Amino acid sequence: MTTAASELATYNFAYLDEQTKRMIRRAILKAIAIPGYQVPFASREMPMPYGWGTGGVQVTAAILGPEDVLKVIDQGADDTTNAVSIRAFFQKVADVAVTTKTREATIIQTRHRIPEERLTTGQTLVYQVPIPEPLRFLEPRETETRKMHALEEYGLMHVKLYEDIARNGHIATTYAYPVKVEGRYVMDPSPTPKFDNPKMHMSEALQLFGAGREKRIYAVPPFTEVVSLDFEDHPFEVQSFDKPCALCGAENVYLDEVVLDDRGGRMFVCSDTDHCEDRRDHGHCGTMLAYNKGAAQ
Amino acid sequence: MTDAPLLRARDISKFYGARIGCQNVSFDLWPGEVLAIVGESGSGKTTLLNCLATRLMPTSGTIEYRTRDGQMRDLARMGEAERRFLMRTDWGFVHQNPADGLRMTVSAGANVGERLMAVGERHYGNIRETAGDWLRRVEIGIDRIDDQPRAFSGGMRQRLQIARNLVTAPRLVFMDEPTGGLDVSVQARLLDLVRGLVHDLGLSAIIVTHDLAVARLLSHRMMVMKDGHVIEHGLTDRVLDDPREAYTQLLVSSILQV
Repeated sequence: MTTAASELATYNFAYLDEQTKRMIRRAILKAIAIPGYQVPFASREMPMPYGWGTGGVQVTAAILGPEDVLKVIDQGADDTTNAVSIRAFFQKVADVAVTTKTREATIIQTRHRIPEERLTTGQTLVYQVPIPEPLRFLEPRETETRKMHALEEYGLMHVKLYEDIARNGHIATTYAYPVKVEGRYVMDPSPTPKFDNPKMHMSEALQLFGAGREKRIYAVPPFTEVVSLDFEDHPFEVQSFDKPCALCGAENVYLDEVVLDDRGGRMFVCSDTDHCEDRRDHGHCGTMLAYNKGAAQ
Repeated sequence: MTDAPLLRARDISKFYGARIGCQNVSFDLWPGEVLAIVGESGSGKTTLLNCLATRLMPTSGTIEYRTRDGQMRDLARMGEAERRFLMRTDWGFVHQNPADGLRMTVSAGANVGERLMAVGERHYGNIRETAGDWLRRVEIGIDRIDDQPRAFSGGMRQRLQIARNLVTAPRLVFMDEPTGGLDVSVQARLLDLVRGLVHDLGLSAIIVTHDLAVARLLSHRMMVMKDGHVIEHGLTDRVLDDPREAYTQLLVSSILQV
């Protein structure tokens, strides 16, 4: 135990040195003060490749305290590679308590989902963001997009939605669906499905977004207005699913498609694994739960 | 035409280091008037146009513009937000190369609709209808509304660029060699179209061209530039039929007669 502790001492608490954490915290404070505004920060090299959540990890490291309880999800699941390794990383370098239960967590680092369970005051959701600039695909110049944000010139965002309708007959953007925060900044909610957009609106939890490669941090403070962009005659709507979750029978949740065999067999299950397990523990049962038990035996 | 100028330029100079872009250019542009700036390449035409359109900051001189509320405003003293708003509502800028003025990766309809969305139009049906209407006016088939400009010919791209600029009913349009790079028959149709639109909409326009025929067809007045200076300035017919300066005489006499 003592040797383990001395090995740990070679890292500062939560991996980053205190000066770096201060720098990131300053960026976070600025981001909270200007909801939706992308604050540049001096992103550090992390012991993982870009695209694996280096931005989210830095934000989490900067706000993590010894008393915190950490949950990490990837596409809603607690048990995928990315989630497991980031969780293990913070267990090792910060020795914090971890959980898979949304309710118990004080900090939830997420990639591409917002938990189904309603987040409450005191919780912080940290998003991993690959491309923070919502205007990027239409305007490649950073100088120009910054100017557009500064002058609130967001016509271009609707050009993208217009293109969607012209090509597909409806707004076909299903993830990274642009939102306007507090009536001012247009923001990319990271590649979460648009299903989750309404959860950001007036959320009790603090939402922080970290983009490591692009070196940007932005935030949505609690109780902030988050409105998805749309047209008057093509209003914003979320995805709906024909069937409930095959394991827990939940409706109005975001489902993943799971291919079962090579004969076209498939099932739709909750993407939020914690939510699904919790429901099953409470006796909810989907159509394919028995099938799964049979397979296990 | 009213008795107040729409645009007033006074002593516009632009230096690139020690090199002269243009020097001491002054003129007034009146509502509904088309002014041509002609001269050989390198004479400072485009520099002057870019200064007027606030795309370049002049080294000295003032440019004033009469906004819709009737006030004469110094463009250099306007805030950037206001200036950019002016540029996408009250002004148009037609580039020589349509790829510079168009978004090549979005459809023709969205290209025309962009300005409408930029000023707050949020009804897809209305935007599309207006876009279709403008495509018709510039003689692009309605069946091409969802095609990208990449799939268009040079002449169609140029017409699309014009439609994109005119959709917000601007009062002043800057054109930089609008017919450059087009073949002669396409040029003729484009000129016809521009002349019709300028007349119907009562537009003011400043057209930079090295082609005297374009100036003759479109403009009321013209300025002849050489080495950054305006050497002759007058009604188009007067300048072309009775050129005073030796250089203008040379220009006029070097038009190929077929």
